[in-house]
Amino acid sequence: MEAKNKFEPRIVGFLCNWCSYAGADLAGTSRMEYPPNLRSIRVMCSSRVNPLFVLKAFQEGADGVFIGGCHPQDCHYMEGNYYTRRRFMLLKRLIEYMGINPGRLRVEWVSASEGERFAEIVREFTSYLERLGPLDLRRRVCEGV
Amino acid sequence: MGLVKKRHPRIGVYVCHCGQNISSVVNVSEVRKYAESLPNVVLARENRYTCSDLGQSSIAKDIKKHELERVVVASCSPRLHEIAFREVLDSSGLNPYLFEMVNIREQCSWVHSKDKEKATEKAKDLVRAAVARSTLLEPVEKIKKDVTKAVLVIGGGIAGITSALHLARAGIKTYLVEKEASIGGHMAQLDKTYPTLDCSLCILSPRMVDMKKEPNIELLSYSDVVNVEGYVGNFTARVRKNPRYVDAEKCIGCGICSDVCPVNVVDGFNQGMMHRKAIHIPFPQAVPNAYLIDKVNCLHFQTGACQLCAKKCDNNAIDFNQKEEFLDIEVGAMIIATGFQLFDAKRKKEYGYGRFSNVLTNLDFERILSADGPTGGKIKRQGDGKKPDSIAFIQCVGSRDENFNTYCSTICCMISLKHAIQVREKNPETEVYIYSNDIRTSGKDLEEFYKRGRERGVYFIRGLPSEIQEDPETGELILRSEDLNMGRILENRVEMVVLAAGVEPPPSVGRIMRKLHLNQSPDGFIMEAHPKLRPVDTNIAGVYIAGCAQFPKGIPETVAQAGGAAMASTEVVLKDEIPIEETTAFIDEEKCSGCGICVNVCPYEAIKLTDKGIVEINEILCKGCGSCAVACPSSVIQQTHFLDSQIKAQINAILSD
Repeated sequence: MEAKNKFEPRIVGFLCNWCSYAGADLAGTSRMEYPPNLRSIRVMCSSRVNPLFVLKAFQEGADGVFIGGCHPQDCHYMEGNYYTRRRFMLLKRLIEYMGINPGRLRVEWVSASEGERFAEIVREFTSYLERLGPLDLRRRVCEGV
Repeated sequence: MGLVKKRHPRIGVYVCHCGQNISSVVNVSEVRKYAESLPNVVLARENRYTCSDLGQSSIAKDIKKHELERVVVASCSPRLHEIAFREVLDSSGLNPYLFEMVNIREQCSWVHSKDKEKATEKAKDLVRAAVARSTLLEPVEKIKKDVTKAVLVIGGGIAGITSALHLARAGIKTYLVEKEASIGGHMAQLDKTYPTLDCSLCILSPRMVDMKKEPNIELLSYSDVVNVEGYVGNFTARVRKNPRYVDAEKCIGCGICSDVCPVNVVDGFNQGMMHRKAIHIPFPQAVPNAYLIDKVNCLHFQTGACQLCAKKCDNNAIDFNQKEEFLDIEVGAMIIATGFQLFDAKRKKEYGYGRFSNVLTNLDFERILSADGPTGGKIKRQGDGKKPDSIAFIQCVGSRDENFNTYCSTICCMISLKHAIQVREKNPETEVYIYSNDIRTSGKDLEEFYKRGRERGVYFIRGLPSEIQEDPETGELILRSEDLNMGRILENRVEMVVLAAGVEPPPSVGRIMRKLHLNQSPDGFIMEAHPKLRPVDTNIAGVYIAGCAQFPKGIPETVAQAGGAAMASTEVVLKDEIPIEETTAFIDEEKCSGCGICVNVCPYEAIKLTDKGIVEINEILCKGCGSCAVACPSSVIQQTHFLDSQIKAQINAILSD
């Protein structure tokens, strides 16, 4: 019974096609188990992820947002991940100002060969969000918390 | 755009069992039923294998019969079969971009096997998001580009040579770039090849000569690829031709220059066991058969004192003023055949390579066995010239080792066995031991070869020595190991040790991978597009791999893969035009304020600010990262197939249950 009532964080992931999505696929082909909380959206490059998408996800009920890109220097589009890094450094500060724990937004570099790293990040992020509890942004906004 | 946008397109959803790969974890019927309940979905089906002919034709039939306007397939990774399914749409009269794929295998059933219920819930969420996205999908017209009818092969070992010969004989202009002064690669260093024990150069050298004779091949030796730009059908490679200081056209390879050269240099081709001159030819059968000066050791370059070689050369081939040259080569496809480097056995400190003169690597031993090597093919110790009474081969040096490379280098067992047989056949009185975890003999005629080794009296010991010690008096080596078959500790004294050093990706391959944005496997080799069905393709269209650049392999497998890579490149360059599948950015020019922020963000200089005070996007230069779409403060730049509205619909749907 206890397990049923356990808080299950809802995570939206944005994975770049060339590195992180491929890394997530490798975790699959290598049968590396990780919790089923992440729902991912494939984009060509992490730099396609508009900060507004992240805010939208929090607004719609996500407890955490994950953005996966290629390692620095390895971006398929040469420098897309550098934009990602800068944009989300700033966004983290903005969401903190808004009262959202910046730890709920996770930006990581996962290469196509790092299946285990991908699985480990999802495990770790999920358990971090479990400890943090639900974000419940909409209720908080409505109630003026 | 002349396009009728329908708010309620007719969507068909196909949920795949993938045999049992998906259905053993995800409740496929439940997902299918759920899909039926989603808005705009007019039909949902289950397939055992959606990618099969049966699965594909059922989609094609439904598109016609049920007038489907969108197709959603929930199965494996889109990286695997998205293109195949798009083609089904295309041939059924539906724009291929009106297709959406849901990954419920790699990113669901294969990673959530312990929680079937939640895996099913996740699959439903993902299908819901895909249906929401597909409702907003729009047709995309492909851009077609002309194809440059030439191929670049990088690396001139047996892999590159084989690919280049196939291509040239099929009538295709082929450039082969080799970083060393001669083609031939590692195979040229080998004495004999397993399991036939035929002389390596005797089978390689005719092919090297063919390379020179073949009019369709342009051989660029002593050259590096320094940059690559472009895309399938139209690559431009910048090649640096390093100066040989000898005009290869004039040099006839007589070798008089080398005879008079006063500088002796350690010879890398002979693994440092012999000397060559500062002006030298890599090995007697080199192609091109031309000398070169190694600048670092040449007296002329170092002190300005000597020009003996130039004085002696009758053909005036020596040119101290030669400079590096840069060539831009245009090709439609590329083959990466950059080979391997041997594991540096010094890293395995406990075996004393580099400290003990009688500990060699397998490649050193090749040179010892070779007729033009340091001992003229006689098995002798380097230090004292003694014929060893006993030799031990140690397997898995740097391979299958948690401290170094965890993979099996696949060829070292057979190399040591080849050496062991050669020793026993040359000197039957020499005792030969092979220390191994196990001997791997998978491959044609290899088990028989192993049997031949046993018949020749080679001792096989299961267990690797933990350490090698040297007796400084005699130069003998003391090996202590476990003997797993006999269940005892074994101490053995031998007069020579040969380490079966493994195969590693060469450092140069990292540079090429980065330039081309190729994916790398966890072991450092270039990752193939699919481990089974696309072993010569990479993640980049028009770039193929052959030989040890992909993974360690023997000569027959290398030659076979090189043929495959040649065929795959032929497929590209025989076409007159090729569709470029880029999801490029576009702009609503009426709303553009001309701020120019996007211009700086674009890594491809595809965005230009025009005289009209607005920006223009060049869809040929655009590679479709979508970064500009995020940077645009007015949100008037969008990326085809990744529109804000489409992504937002996915976010909403994922979170809307």
